[in-house]
Amino acid sequence: MIEGLTRNAARNIFFGGSLFFFLVFIGLTAHSHYYVVTTSTDHAGLTDSVKHGKHIWEQNSCINCHSLLGEGAYFAPELGNVWKRYGGEHSPAGARNALKIWMRIQPTGIEGRRQMPGYDFTEEELDALIDFLEWTSRIDTQGWPPNISG
Amino acid sequence: MRYQTQKVAYPFFIAALVLFAAQVIFGVVAGAIYVWPNLLSEAMPFHIVRMSHTNLLIVWLLIGFFGATYYLLPEEAETEIYSPNLAYVQLGLFVFAGAAALVGYQFGIHEGREFLEQPLWVKILMTISFLMFLYNGTMTLINGRRTAISVVLMMGLWLAAIFWLFAFYNPANLSLDKMYWWYVIHLWVEGVWGLIMASLLAYLVIKMTGVDREIIEKWLYVIVGLVLFSGLLGTGHHYYWIGLPGYWQPVGSFFSALEVLPLFAMVIFVFYMFWRGSRNHPNKSAILWTLGCAVMAFFGAGVWGFMHTLSFVNYYSHGTQITAAHAHLAFFGAYVMLNLAIFSYALPQLRGKQPYNQVLNMWSFWLMTSGMAFMTFVLTFAGVIQTHMQRVVGQRYMDVQDDLGLFYTMRLGAGVVVAIAVLMYIYAMLGPAREQLPAGAPHLAAGGGVKGNP
Repeated sequence: MIEGLTRNAARNIFFGGSLFFFLVFIGLTAHSHYYVVTTSTDHAGLTDSVKHGKHIWEQNSCINCHSLLGEGAYFAPELGNVWKRYGGEHSPAGARNALKIWMRIQPTGIEGRRQMPGYDFTEEELDALIDFLEWTSRIDTQGWPPNISG
Repeated sequence: MRYQTQKVAYPFFIAALVLFAAQVIFGVVAGAIYVWPNLLSEAMPFHIVRMSHTNLLIVWLLIGFFGATYYLLPEEAETEIYSPNLAYVQLGLFVFAGAAALVGYQFGIHEGREFLEQPLWVKILMTISFLMFLYNGTMTLINGRRTAISVVLMMGLWLAAIFWLFAFYNPANLSLDKMYWWYVIHLWVEGVWGLIMASLLAYLVIKMTGVDREIIEKWLYVIVGLVLFSGLLGTGHHYYWIGLPGYWQPVGSFFSALEVLPLFAMVIFVFYMFWRGSRNHPNKSAILWTLGCAVMAFFGAGVWGFMHTLSFVNYYSHGTQITAAHAHLAFFGAYVMLNLAIFSYALPQLRGKQPYNQVLNMWSFWLMTSGMAFMTFVLTFAGVIQTHMQRVVGQRYMDVQDDLGLFYTMRLGAGVVVAIAVLMYIYAMLGPAREQLPAGAPHLAAGGGVKGNP
């Protein structure tokens, strides 16, 4: 196969083919962008609190222990569906309260258990962070994860 | 070494090796925290250790690529580097930015997207340094001969810089954030870095086999074509579960499965050329790293990547220790070994010596590669168990993790072996040089030892 190919032909195939696949990729991601904004996420529901929550999530680099929609470190539980795992769909107030208590009692200091640092979040920051996790739990993720364990 | 300004590469390689050592030390600490979870939990929590480990990796690999480019461009372009001083300033800026980020992390100063944790001003400094590098390299190329190797290499580096700009774009919508985040992460390591890898391998193969440039450059274009034809739409394998349309499952599965092809082609390429080549090159350790790079990249990126890339498999394995296993061997095989091959080839010439300390260098090769392979195996076992218990049976995350202790202990052991091997490598390369030429080839100079016959 390769004997019949000249270097210049190989070069032209490389440049032409790469450009073609790049344009297809750009086209598909442009459509995906539209799909995210209109269909799979609650784009209109991105309140200031959700945005603030995402900022807190980033500021404290939660992703370097936890995973979110399966991406991140694999050192601590998946949080894309933590809202559902805490029963937020059926009793939002209870889930919110339980998540706040959980974050407030860190670090547990239990010997032989992975430690989450304690963060001095205000009540408003905790609410924002939980709003962000609640918003995230409503993304249409094509049915992932397979079960509530995340 | 035929051109004076090739020596610009020397401080780049030293800086890269120092940061490599630091990266591995943070890696061992992270592995130790998996075994003793209370270790450093207040002083240096896991997320700080991990971001230090991953950022150091990216920074030293890039510095290695910069150095490799400065080293080979004069030979390829047949002209001196446009501005050696600009190269030194650029290196200083990059190392300063990387070191500042690293120190800042220890005090909790960081941003929060994975691998893009550098504070904004550090990102800007790195961008400036990268642009200085591109300007310097491009001007050198314009002034001289343009070969396929130098053009593909510079194209890979230019595209890397362009996609890096998405690091500055952080939409509030998490699904959009993730989609564009992969423009940096995937399009780097499974896209344009493939151009850098293939062109650097082609350079090493030309130098050490003496096979005709025409043939090697044809292979190079075929390989980088396969890289981008599969890798661009292969990005889809990250788009299955983050809120993007369902069509990414067939598209991502198909094209990312094809990502094995360029990696397999690279194995065939390097072995075929060394088999065909007439030159009995005395730098046996550089040959070993070159062959090893293609093989381990094929297993780490190709085989381990394919293992969990199909969407109906990934549905269960996504974000488990299987991903961690793949990531470790892929980065090691494709990019760490590539840099170590370049260093092994170039440092004797930069230090004005025949190939030296080759036995120690080759021992470090086998020890490091075995250590990484063992680490990958145990993480794969851990990942398979995790996938079954957590994703199929539905047990809680932490309960499953508690049952994986044996694998994490073995991973730490493997990590310690790798760290020892890295120190051996650095000593072999930068320590006192003892010449060790293979029997039967003492008259052959390493690379440019003989004028005009690099």
